Amino acid sequence: MSVIAPPGTLRVTPDAIEEAAKLLYIRALKILPDDIKQGFHRLDATETDGLAKSVLATMIENIAVAERTENLLCQDTGIPIFNVEIGRDVEVDGWALKQAIARGTERATREHPLRSSVVHPITRMNAHTSCGAHVPVINIDFVETPRRLRLTMIPKGSGSENGSFLQMLIPADGIAGVKRFVVDAAIKAGGKVCPPTILGVGVGGTSDLCMHLAKVAATRPLGTVCEDPEGAKLEVELSEAVNSLGIGPQGLGGDSTAFAVHVEVAATHITMNPVAVNVQCHSARRASATFTPEGVEVGF
Amino acid sequence: MAHHILHMPCTEADIRKLRVGDTVTLQDTLFGIRDATQIHMFDRGRRTRFDLNGHAVIHTAPNVRKVDPSGTNQAGYEAVCIGTTTSDRMERFTRPLMEREGVRIIIGKGGLREDSARAFQELGGCYLAVIGGAAALETTWITAIKDVDMDDLNPESLWRFAIRDFGPLIVGMDAHGGSLYRDVQSSVEARRAAVLAKLGAG
Repeated sequence: MSVIAPPGTLRVTPDAIEEAAKLLYIRALKILPDDIKQGFHRLDATETDGLAKSVLATMIENIAVAERTENLLCQDTGIPIFNVEIGRDVEVDGWALKQAIARGTERATREHPLRSSVVHPITRMNAHTSCGAHVPVINIDFVETPRRLRLTMIPKGSGSENGSFLQMLIPADGIAGVKRFVVDAAIKAGGKVCPPTILGVGVGGTSDLCMHLAKVAATRPLGTVCEDPEGAKLEVELSEAVNSLGIGPQGLGGDSTAFAVHVEVAATHITMNPVAVNVQCHSARRASATFTPEGVEVGF
Repeated sequence: MAHHILHMPCTEADIRKLRVGDTVTLQDTLFGIRDATQIHMFDRGRRTRFDLNGHAVIHTAPNVRKVDPSGTNQAGYEAVCIGTTTSDRMERFTRPLMEREGVRIIIGKGGLREDSARAFQELGGCYLAVIGGAAALETTWITAIKDVDMDDLNPESLWRFAIRDFGPLIVGMDAHGGSLYRDVQSSVEARRAAVLAKLGAG
C-alpha cells in the first residue's frame, strides 16, 4: 500500500534537514539569541556587587567578540540536542530525518572544525564526530500548526548539565519540599554551572519525564511563562529566592545568580512528588530553522 | 586590590604576593590540561615530556584546526576556540600537580575545594578565576599552540600555548589559605534559612 502526499502537503527532504542541522549547530555556537542578550542587560542594570558587574561586563564583551570574530562563544560544543516539531500536513521520512541530523552534526564537527565533546561512556573513546549511541539527542513532537516543520538545535554544555538533580519526593513533602530541593540544588551547583543560569525545574510526571521537563524548562527562551498557572506562580517565587542567595555570576558573589527559574509540570501519581533540576549556563545557546511552503527561515 | 603581571614560569615568592581579590595578567606560556590528561598522569602513571615547574595550567580542552606544522603553528594545530572548563571535577589532582610537576598556578572556573586550598597554602600555589563561557575573548589572548603532548587523548591532550596579556584573571584562592569560593559559600549558607522561610519551606 502506498501513501501519496495530498496537494498542500509540505515535503521536507533529508538533504534539507542535513544542511539545516549542520548550519544550526555552528550558528548556535556563535550567536546568542536576543532574549539572552537582553537578559544580560537586565541583570547588569540591577547588579549591585562591583566584582559581579565586571564579570557580567566580560560576558557581554565576549558575545560581541564572538560575533565580530565569527568564533564560538564557549569552547564547550556540548552534547548536541535537536528538537523537531512536525506540524500537520508535513511529509517527512522520520527514519531518514534522524540519520540526516546525525550527518549534519558530524559534518559541522569535521568541516568547521569543532571539538567533538562526545565519548563512549565506558571506553571514553572519542570518534571525533560529536555523535555516538543515542547522540545527537533527538526529541520529536507533533504539533497542530499546518505545513510547518521546526528544527531547534541546542548545544548543551557539560558544566551546567553536571548540575542536574532528581529527587523522588513523597506527597507528605508537599510543594515546600519541592521549593527546598530547588534552593538546595542552586546552592550545591554554586559557581560550577557557570551562572547566571536559567534554572530549569520539572515537577511531576515519572522520574524520566520529570528530568525531561527540567531540560525543557532550562532551554525555554527567556520571557516565556509556564502554561500551568501554578507552575507560573512557582517560577516567580523561585526566581526571587534563587537570586537572593548571593551566589552571583561565576559563583563569585552578587545578585545575578539566575536569569530566571523556569518550571514545567506534568501530572503525576497519587503516591509521587518528583522534582528535577537541570541548569542552562549563561551561554544559553540555541538556533532554529523553520520549514514552510515559503522556504526555510533561520532564527532562534 | 592590586594588579600583578606575571611572566611564566614564576617563583614561589611571586605567588605569595597574590591575595584573594587581586587581579593577574599572565605572559609568555600557559599549559592546557583536563580530566583525561590528569587521570592518565596521576592514576595511570604517565609522564609528560613538558617541564611544568613554576608554570600555570588552565583547565581546558580546545577547539583546534589541523594545519601543516610551520611558523607559529609548530605543533600542527591552529587555535579555533580556547576556553575554560569547570575545575571542581579535577579537585584531587591539585596536590599531585604541584608536588610532582611543580605547577604554581591553576586557572579555571567555579573554584576548587579545601584540599586544594591547603595545597596552595603549604606548597605556594594559587587558583586564578577566568570567566567561564567567555572563550571567544580568551582565544584572543592566545597567540599560538606551540606544542602538544599525550595527543592520543585529543582534545584532552596536554597543550603548550604561547600567550600575550592573558587576563585579567581574579585571584580566587591564594597561598595564604584564602578562598573567595569559601567566603561566598559561607555567606550563601547564612542566607539559606531566610530564603526558605520566605518561600514557606523553612
